[in-house]
Amino acid sequence: MFKRIATSRKARLSFDFEGHRLEAEDGDTVAAALLLAGERVLRSTAVSASERGPFCLMGVCFECLVEIDGIPNRQACMVKVLPDMRVRRQRGAARVGSI
Amino acid sequence: MSAYDVAIIGAGPAGMAAAVEASRAGFSVVVFDEQDAPGGQIYRAIERADAGRLALMGEDYATGRALAEAFRTSSAVYMPGTIVWNVDASLRINYSGATGSGEVTAGSVIIATGAMERATPLPGWTLPGVMTAGALQILLKAHGLVSDDTVLVGCGPLLFLVAQQMTEAGSPPRAVVETAAPGALRRALPHFFGALRAPAYLRKGLAMIRQLARAGVPVYRHAQAVAIEGREAAEAVSFTIKGQRHRISAGTVGLHQGVIPNQQITRLLGCEQDWSASQRCFVPRLDPFGETSIQNVYVTGDGAGIGGAVSAALGGRLAALRIAARAGKATTGEARSVMARLARDRAIRPFLEALYAPSDEVLMPADDTLVCRCEEVTAGQIREAVALGAPGPNQAKAFLRCGMGPCQGRICGPVVTEVIAAARRTRQDAVGYYRIRPPLKPLSVAEIAGLAPAAEGQPLD
Repeated sequence: MFKRIATSRKARLSFDFEGHRLEAEDGDTVAAALLLAGERVLRSTAVSASERGPFCLMGVCFECLVEIDGIPNRQACMVKVLPDMRVRRQRGAARVGSI
Repeated sequence: MSAYDVAIIGAGPAGMAAAVEASRAGFSVVVFDEQDAPGGQIYRAIERADAGRLALMGEDYATGRALAEAFRTSSAVYMPGTIVWNVDASLRINYSGATGSGEVTAGSVIIATGAMERATPLPGWTLPGVMTAGALQILLKAHGLVSDDTVLVGCGPLLFLVAQQMTEAGSPPRAVVETAAPGALRRALPHFFGALRAPAYLRKGLAMIRQLARAGVPVYRHAQAVAIEGREAAEAVSFTIKGQRHRISAGTVGLHQGVIPNQQITRLLGCEQDWSASQRCFVPRLDPFGETSIQNVYVTGDGAGIGGAVSAALGGRLAALRIAARAGKATTGEARSVMARLARDRAIRPFLEALYAPSDEVLMPADDTLVCRCEEVTAGQIREAVALGAPGPNQAKAFLRCGMGPCQGRICGPVVTEVIAAARRTRQDAVGYYRIRPPLKPLSVAEIAGLAPAAEGQPLD
């Protein structure tokens, strides 16, 4: 389990993940906020539906793809949390109809 | 469309130093970077770090602040949060960012896109909870997050640095499982006296290892047959030492087998590459100033071959000084002094490269281990493709789709080359690499469509 090492004075904000309210700090990426909330599974693969979570956290591996505000294939490690953002796991391949 | 004298891709130490030097020389400079703040991965979040974070990450990290300040006050046009998705032979650059897509041209291009972690294909490495050691460091550095159930696995200086920083943060890893084979130290020793030319690195390494011992972090050496166990996510790491099987429970696993140059842009441009046996990766063929086989295209920093942050900043300056010299400015004396400092700083590398050579287990994964994480292709399937006549990565890709997923082969590419070279009993450079094509990152159709006429005359900032 991840925890935050210091109480910080950064602004707090909340966002939505799969219908739950989660807290984040200003500056957190979506991937970091989800890991802190204990959410390790962010997507399932298009090939075998096996579950995946953040791996490189620097935009290289594309394992942390999620749907953010209705747009699929977003890299959770490259997107900063914004207030009231709606984040969902990406199950399998993104469908054109879902965009 | 805007035209710049120098376009720099990447705002880590190499890119920032190049931008500062090129601006000082009077050039118009643009810097593209994927992150929203300067620093690259090594100095990530350096501007936001408070005193506590700086103390935790150590002196070497803190030195990035001065460079970031110099970069901010330079006259370079800085484009954060921007992905470069194409660079063509006429040095036209396409990018996409918050303000949409755009295009610039440049007289010279400095590629400073740094390094990425070498892929570590092991049984269970795709399970959620398994990350790279670098990823764990990013969480600590940029977000102050540390996990209390971590096992670190692999080899290389970063593995010990992350262990030490986690310990300092109050959550030491449960264990460090080192995969370096017995005899690595013996192979590294001939390079030891060379390494003494850069004694600060040796001192830092020893201090790190001592601190781990004081904190009581168990270090397992010469581990083999490493596997990550778990059904839906990581639950434990198991491995064998001297015939004995060990198992340590872990919800977070940090894997590391060294870092390698990020080669997407140099491959896209068709820059000549050489196989580095000591770094065990492809490196772009460069002249002493960092110029590639394509005129006016430079590579500096870890993308030019792994050298670390200090070398990266020196290399960035050197490339900018070379461009200034080409434009008729007197820079010879300065360039010579930068080169001398670069040689001293790099003196540690042959020792580290021999001591922390990646383990055979990740270079030659077992048949049923996944190599391409995106398209879920195993090492065995790649060997089958070779047996059926696939001579290299591009044919394996056509047979199996390896390298065709969203990461575009970044993670599996180097492993696929290794697996095919071993199967064909030939050299890695005889096998080659995936052909890299634009766009360098997946784009939406809207991002491409937005480029055409609207990009003309679009303000850059």
